[in-house]
This record gives sequence, C-alpha cells and structure tokens, in this order.
Amino acid sequence: MCLGIPGRVVETWRDQNILMGKVDFNGVVKRVCLEHVPEVTLGEYVIVHVGFALERVDEEEARKVFEFLDSMEQLDELKVEEA
Amino acid sequence: MKFLDEYRDEVAARKLVTAIEGVVTRPWTIMEVCGGQTHTIVKYGIDELLPKSIELVHGPGCPVCVTSLEAIDRAHAVASRAEVIFCSFGDMLRVPGSHGDLLQLKSHGSDVRVVYSPLDAVTIAAANPDKEVVFFAIGFETTAPPNAMAVWMAAQRGLRNFSVLVSHVLVPPAMTAILEAPDNRVQAFLGPGHVCTVVGFEEYEPIARHYHVPIVITGFEPIDMLEGLYRAIRQLEEGRAEVENAYSRAVRRDGNPASRALMADVFEVCDRKWRGVGSIPKSGLKLSAAYAHFDAERRFSVDGIDTLEPAVCISGQILRGVRKPHECAAFATACTPHTPIGATMVSAEGACAAYYAYGRHLQSSPVTFQKEGHREEAANAV
Amino acid sequence: MLSEPSARLTVADFLGTCPAPFAHHDRVLLGHGSGGRLSADLIHRLFLPILGNETLSRLEDQATCSLAPHADVRIAFTTDSFVVRPIFFPGGDIGKLAVHGTVNDLAMGGATPLFISAAFILEEGLTIDDLRRIVQSMREACDSAGVVLVAGDTKVVDRGKGDQIFITTSGIGIVPRGRTLSAAACRPGDQIILSGTIGDHGIAIMSVREGLDFETTLESDTASLADLTRVMLGCCPDIRCMRDPTRGGVSSALHEIAAASHVGMTLTEAAIPVRAEVRGACELLGLDPLYVANEGKLIAIVPAAAAPGLVDTMKAHPRGIDAAVVGEVTAHHPGMVVMRSRVGGERVVTMLAGEQLPRIC
Repeated sequence: MCLGIPGRVVETWRDQNILMGKVDFNGVVKRVCLEHVPEVTLGEYVIVHVGFALERVDEEEARKVFEFLDSMEQLDELKVEEA
Repeated sequence: MKFLDEYRDEVAARKLVTAIEGVVTRPWTIMEVCGGQTHTIVKYGIDELLPKSIELVHGPGCPVCVTSLEAIDRAHAVASRAEVIFCSFGDMLRVPGSHGDLLQLKSHGSDVRVVYSPLDAVTIAAANPDKEVVFFAIGFETTAPPNAMAVWMAAQRGLRNFSVLVSHVLVPPAMTAILEAPDNRVQAFLGPGHVCTVVGFEEYEPIARHYHVPIVITGFEPIDMLEGLYRAIRQLEEGRAEVENAYSRAVRRDGNPASRALMADVFEVCDRKWRGVGSIPKSGLKLSAAYAHFDAERRFSVDGIDTLEPAVCISGQILRGVRKPHECAAFATACTPHTPIGATMVSAEGACAAYYAYGRHLQSSPVTFQKEGHREEAANAV
Repeated sequence: MLSEPSARLTVADFLGTCPAPFAHHDRVLLGHGSGGRLSADLIHRLFLPILGNETLSRLEDQATCSLAPHADVRIAFTTDSFVVRPIFFPGGDIGKLAVHGTVNDLAMGGATPLFISAAFILEEGLTIDDLRRIVQSMREACDSAGVVLVAGDTKVVDRGKGDQIFITTSGIGIVPRGRTLSAAACRPGDQIILSGTIGDHGIAIMSVREGLDFETTLESDTASLADLTRVMLGCCPDIRCMRDPTRGGVSSALHEIAAASHVGMTLTEAAIPVRAEVRGACELLGLDPLYVANEGKLIAIVPAAAAPGLVDTMKAHPRGIDAAVVGEVTAHHPGMVVMRSRVGGERVVTMLAGEQLPRIC
C-alpha cells in the first residue's frame, strides 16, 4: 500500500474548488490532486500516491541520514588518526 | 530522480551495513510491515547485505492480499451486473475470488476498467450518466484520503451513479494482532512510512510501550530500509522500545491534518475480516452515515455469498510473519504469479509474489547467491 | 514468426492482465498476447504441437530456409501482425510500426530485408484521411529501410468488429551462406550488448492512452535496424545472436536466448541505459523497464574479445549512439537472468507472468 513517489510541482489551479496541479516525475508530468498539501509552492516536491499528493517532502529532514553517514565517516577518520 | 537516486546509493548502503554490523551482538527478528518495503528488500537484495543474525519477516501490509474473499466475491457480483462499469486498481483484477478473477469476468463481457486514481473513477461516472460506476475502494490508511476524496467529490458534484465498494483496513490493529499471537516471533517493526505520512505515528506509541517493541517508521528506498533497520537494531541492543521516525522527510508526528479530517468525515472505524488472518476488531474503515448512500453494497444487493478458500494456502501465516513463502508446499509449484492460489502470490506487493518475482525460489543456485566472505565472518562473530 | 506475435497493447496489458495459465482457460485473454509466459503457453501448447516443424520450432524471429542446397544465399522469411491503440502515437503510427517490425525481425537474423507484403483489416468507419496518413508513413518507412512493398490485401469488417485498423506484414530477405545467427549459439563469457535506451516505445504509448495519460516529450523508438545490423555484422561477423526486445521487453528476449543456448545471463543494473522520462513513468506506475516494449533497439550477444570494438562501431551509428555492454553470458544458473542491483544485492529477473502489474496500491 505504499507506492508513493516524490515529484516536483510545476503548476497549480483550482478545479471545482479542489486544488489540482501538475507534478513532474523526471520529465513525465501527471495531473495530481493537491488538496491536502494546500501550502505547496511551485518547485516543491510532494509524495504522490494514486494521483493524490499525500505530503510535501521536507528537504531539510531528507538530508539528515546523509549527514549522519558523513558524521560516521568523520568518526572513523578520527579513530584512524588516534590509532 | 531527486529523493530517490540518493537513497539507492551503493556507497551509502555499504556505510549503513557497516554501521549495522557494528551494533549487532545477537540474533534479532524484525518485521517490515509494508508490502512496498518487502519489495525493496528482495528487489535490491537487502537481506543479502545484512549480518546473518538479522532475520527479516514480512508483514501484512499488502492491501490486495488482505482483502477478504467475501469482499472480492462481492466485487465480482457487482461487476457482473450489466449496468455497472466496475473500476479498480490494477492489482485487484487478478486476485482470485471463489470463482475466478475480475479479468475472467472481463473476458466474458463485463465492463471492468483499471484506473490509476480513484478520482479517475469519478470522471468516468460523470462521463457515463446512464451507467452505474462502482469503484473498489481498498487499501490501508495511505489510500484512504484519495478514496475519501473521490466520494467527497462525487457528493459535491451530485453524482448519483457513483458508488464505492469499501474494504479499507488499518495497520495498528493488525500489528497488535501479530504481537498478541502466541506464536509471535517479531521483536521490532519497521513501521509503515506512507501510512504514517497520512495519520502520523502517535497511535504507535502505546503499542511500543505496551508490548515493549521498537517501532521505526521507515521509508521505501534501500537507504531508508537500512536506516530503519539500523535504528531498530540499536533499540533492540540497548533494550529500548520507542517509536522513532526514520522517514522524517515525509512523516510528521500528527500526519496530514487535512487528510485525517476528510477520513474522519467520510469513513468510520469498523471490524474487518482479513484474508488468511480472520476478523480483527476495529481494523477497518467503512463509509460514515453521512456518505452511506455511496455504498455499493447497499445499492446492489449482493448478499448470500458462499466463499471457497483453497486449503493448501498458508498466506494467513505468511501475513502474520509466522512463516515464509518458500515454506509453503505450493510455493512456486502449484502457486505462481500466473497460477495464484493465495492472495500473497497475486499482488505484486504480496510476500509470495515478491519472493517469486525476484527469484527467491531459484536461489539454491550455488554460484550466484553464495554469501560473501565478510558476511560469514559477521555471522561467526555473533 | 510465432515467437513475436502481434503487438496489441492496451491499458489492461499494463495494468494487469490475467496471469492464469493457458491450460486453465477456455477463452483467449489479453495476456495471451503479452509476449510473456501466456504467449509462450499458446505457442508451445497449441501452435507448435499442430504446426511445428524443424524451422518453425526454432522460434527465431525469422525462418531461414534454403531454396537450393548449394545456393550462395538463403531466404529469411517472417510475418507479424500489428494492433496498437492509439493508431497514431508520439514518434510514429501503426503503419511505420508494421514496416519496421517486420524489417527488424529479418535484420535480427543477419538478413538483408528486400520485400514486404501488407494485409490490412479495416474497420468500417475509419477515415480515409487516417488511412492515407498510415499508408504514406509505410511508404516512407519502406524507403528508409530499403525494402519494397510488393504485395498487399485489404478487407473491411463491420463497425465494432475491429479496432480501426489491423496490419499484417510479411517480409523476405536474404542471408549470405555461412552466416548463422541463432539464439542457441551463445557461450559463457560472451558479452550482452544493448543498442540503446530501453522502454521508450512502451512508455510513449502509455503516455497517450486513455486512463493513464501523462505529459512527456518522450517518443516511440520505432525504427529500422537493418542498417545498424549491416554495419555491426561488417565489423563483427561472429556475432552469436541478435534480438529486438519488443513486447515483454529485454527480460523476455534474454530469457528466450538463455533457454535456447542453455546458459545464464548476468546483467548490471547500473549499465542499462534508461531515459529519464522512462524511469519517471516506471517509478510512478511501479513498472520495471526491463519488461517494457521497444521497437527500435536490439540485443546482441557477442564473443568477449569483439565487444569493445563492436560497441564503438555501434556508437558511431545513429541507431546505436547509447550502445553499451550491459552484462555477460555465464555457465551458471542456465536459463536464468540475474541482475546485480545498484546497492550491490542480486536478484533473479523472472519472465513476465501475464503482464507487468504496476504497483499502484
């Protein structure tokens, strides 16, 4: 139940009072319902599931795992230096 | 693709595997709840990368698999009606009911259509006012907002020829049922990322506390999975049992408030029968009283259904993580994706189909799948 | 030939066609035309037992027959039906597809395509303008592929009894004596070469299909490969085998070769060229590009020593710019295709069961 793919919002409009938009997935653009991500701005990424945006992607949070991996590496380097 | 490619990076994956190897001191059994996570594990061979002492068991998180036989037979009864255009997600089309599947109905002339989105079914209803358009609304919490949105839109537009056959299920009661089972082996969960995107993870905190089981909300890419595993193993090793959010780029503590509000408006909680598992109290969603007139079960009388479940299938035990697909006598012999007996073989997200699709039944092949040396060492070190 | 039956693709093909076995069905399902296991069932359990003979049963893309025992050339012969919706799609139309499909089936056997025939089944009501456009497009495709359309036939069926237009093309080419490309000729250590990006045709068709439509600049890769194969064979006469991975995609083509040669195939995921848009669409729909159709790409299996030079030659040809070695033939796991994933794990690439199911839920 999990297929949610991040895509970039490239256009928004209201259709019969529902926020709709176009979302770009690597050059493939699909019409998506954005009603539940009302504060979304153009260029932002949203997670899309069955033509419906579930949530905006938090770019800052997205970096954390890589920061963690970098810190691990630095720790290793530190250990090597100590040794 | 941004937010996908970097989470499939081999170097980052190796670093996380090293981190996991650094914290593991004994065997642990961890369940990934979602079918999508199961897919990632087999598609990328993630279990092959892990220390041998870590066992991954596959959870019930495949909505197609757990949809009850009654619900499927009911769908077939509705789809067989001449006035009905029956719309469904693709995977549901080949799920065997008691008497064949939706594709066989289609080859006999029923108007069965695959839609990418439930909102497309509303469009079809608007374009076919002389037909009854029925959408098969299945899924976990993830799919509840789009399905609710379809019903809400149909109500707004006054579409009288649109209805939904609802068979929604909820994750936390299923996790509780797994933990309550006397034969439970699960010591930690990788929680369902996109389910929590919708509803948040506060509901999981009492489960973690009560059963003293770590729950790490996890995404669906290889790096997500490895991070989730790393965090779960750390908790296990340190004796902690908390809810951690390892998918924070898409999951907030309280989920998506707009989605939760719409779900609360359109749906209400009900008991639900899970295929292969049985009835679980308060584990499903049905239409709320205000939207009951969109219920296809009411609109078309489809009672008196006798179901026939094949005896050989152990999908119930597989869905609870008690057994693995290859432990089934029928797996990859009588039961394959083109001759599915059980639901877990039918859905692409089902554990059996995932094992089959990525050749787990063929992995006795000596050369290709021999374990690498460092894994042997890691196992010996334990 | 029977190994490449017609290319009818509908939404149901992509979004789930019945996986149930031929033996369990008293009716033809769409899945029987999928190019996967159901199609194979139909061929092996119905057609071959009745029609099979030494040539047909080889299941190559084309039959190669000698007219006289000592002639310098042999005849390559093939036939293929085309049913596609919509009939006009980004990058081509059913007419172009029908010419290229048959030309390519001949070219894969190392033949020089010479003549083709075309039989049209037209549905009452098809506009003459559309028909003219299609026929014009066939003319251009023949000219560019260097074949002459020398025979034809037309039938019209009642409205509702056809899908606008079905085209069957047959083709004849010549193969020099001594040139015997065969799916059964591959040996461990051989390299697997792909002539370019995969999945372009299947995704381009999907993009304009009712119910799935999405916007993209992607076009079908439909093209004649006859000139590319001519240049390739000129550079490397000992190519073992070539296949154009149409329906069922690269996976089906490799499975056929692996089975015929009793060898295994090992692919490297990161080496397989996939266009950004194809990746995007596949992610969105939960599809695997290895199963998506191509109409202007080929797979060549070649001895390892010849691979680098051949790839360079292909890259210099407009139809082979993105050519790459994507894997290797191995003695291990005969009949199986194995892929090394981007994160280092391995998995078996199974043959398509029915049709690929997008994981939309």
